[in-house]
Amino acid sequence: MCGIVGVFLKNSALESQLGAMLADMLAVLGDRGPDSAGFAFYGAGEQDRIKLTLRSAGAEAARKAVSTLEARWGPLEPVYRDTHTVISVPAMKQAALRAMVIAELPELEIVGAGKRMELYKEVGRPTTVAARFGLSSMSGTHAVGHTRMATESAVTTRGAHPFSTGIDQCLVHNGSLSNHNAVRRMLQREGLAFSTDNDSEVAAGYLTWRIREGANLTQALTTSLDDLDGFYTFLVGTESGFAVLRDPIACKPAIMAETDDFVAFGTEYRALATLPGIETARVFEPEPATVYAWERN
Amino acid sequence: MPVVDLVATPLRELNAALHGVRPDSNETAWRILNPLGKHAIAVGLDAPLDVKIDGPVGYYCGGMNKQATITVAGSAGVGVAENMMSGEVRVKGDASQCAGATGQGGLLVIEGNASARCGISMKGIDIVVKGSVGPMSAFMAQAGNLIVLGDAGEALGDSIYEARLFVRGAVKSLGADCIEKPMGPEDKSALANVLARAGVDASADEFRFYASARRLYHFHVDNIDAY
Repeated sequence: MCGIVGVFLKNSALESQLGAMLADMLAVLGDRGPDSAGFAFYGAGEQDRIKLTLRSAGAEAARKAVSTLEARWGPLEPVYRDTHTVISVPAMKQAALRAMVIAELPELEIVGAGKRMELYKEVGRPTTVAARFGLSSMSGTHAVGHTRMATESAVTTRGAHPFSTGIDQCLVHNGSLSNHNAVRRMLQREGLAFSTDNDSEVAAGYLTWRIREGANLTQALTTSLDDLDGFYTFLVGTESGFAVLRDPIACKPAIMAETDDFVAFGTEYRALATLPGIETARVFEPEPATVYAWERN
Repeated sequence: MPVVDLVATPLRELNAALHGVRPDSNETAWRILNPLGKHAIAVGLDAPLDVKIDGPVGYYCGGMNKQATITVAGSAGVGVAENMMSGEVRVKGDASQCAGATGQGGLLVIEGNASARCGISMKGIDIVVKGSVGPMSAFMAQAGNLIVLGDAGEALGDSIYEARLFVRGAVKSLGADCIEKPMGPEDKSALANVLARAGVDASADEFRFYASARRLYHFHVDNIDAY
């Protein structure tokens, strides 16, 4: 099972509604993934700064840890949302700050990093998770979300989607990979680190590795058809857009809608049924083994 | 005429009401509003009802249908009219995967395109697709007629038994044991008959005919090395 949703806006007038659109879509696909949910949101960014999404046991622990970080690195503009905190870090300092988090602040986990991407995920019903993080009031250009019914690894926050293994990169997955252990070992030899034994994190890591080696997103997805075995629908977010790929026999359902204002993705049409202008949208199923990508100008 | 708005009425209530129509009832015309892609709308009907659905439906709409005529003024999700026994299901838009899967009888008309595995394991149903069908259509098809006015995707008729496949456009590739055959008089008359029932104005002469080569019916000792 599992459900995937995504919206990529073409019309900036809808940006303030993006969070509400995604929250409704996640709620509908709660039937397909009742055990956990998550989303990556591409909102505002600042020149020469990186947003880090951190997870902690609760807001109190987060405030304490952030004040330790601020004592060392200066103001980090923290925004607290339930168990997640987004801080803004000068790009030049982000590697050193991350090293400090890993070495000295075990109560924090880095969930994602990006110029614009924020990443939230938790165990629980999708409607509850979306409400806890205040998704409905978020504003942005594009977003992807996931409702999980676990098959390959435990029901934990770490095992929830999206997975991010690179700056502004995230992946949500519906399906199950069969060669993820071998691919993970190969990627570990290439220097990538993984925080779970989850198959979808391997898919995210694979794309990060390909992009690091010089491929663009479309090329990375195209080679994944040869290197990843199993059944899958991937929805991948980057700073400038998102992309979709289904396995060669299109084992998992997927449907898309495109209007002059947006491109939307859903595992089922139900998730798209209440979007504005859906009645006149071009609704289609992505072809198997074909990469679809949308980029912001 | 009963009009059921699925925003206000739970789906189970609708299906229970449709199942509860008595055989001698005059209340045979039903209209369903706001389906919003919900699953399992009008499944398991067994009465000569005329059900019109105003909008797109989700999975398995019209599944296991007997006798009823169901019209979807929109697109349909996975498995529309799956395991239909008799009657008619007509989709004005596109259909997702596995349209008419395992259907035993009746007529399924898709006025748009159907995606992958249309008519998978069909067992006697007649399916007319005015647009094109996706890959692996008529996979393991056993009986019935699949008529495609547009094109067919990869591996049409893979592992087919005795169904007839008629395609007016291009076939990307044929699956294992599916071959093009000359259209005999019986095949042509079956094709013309289904086209007429579907209300499609096309001549049987415009189609090409595909069916089983019957080479997979029995184990062939030369293939022993494959096991």
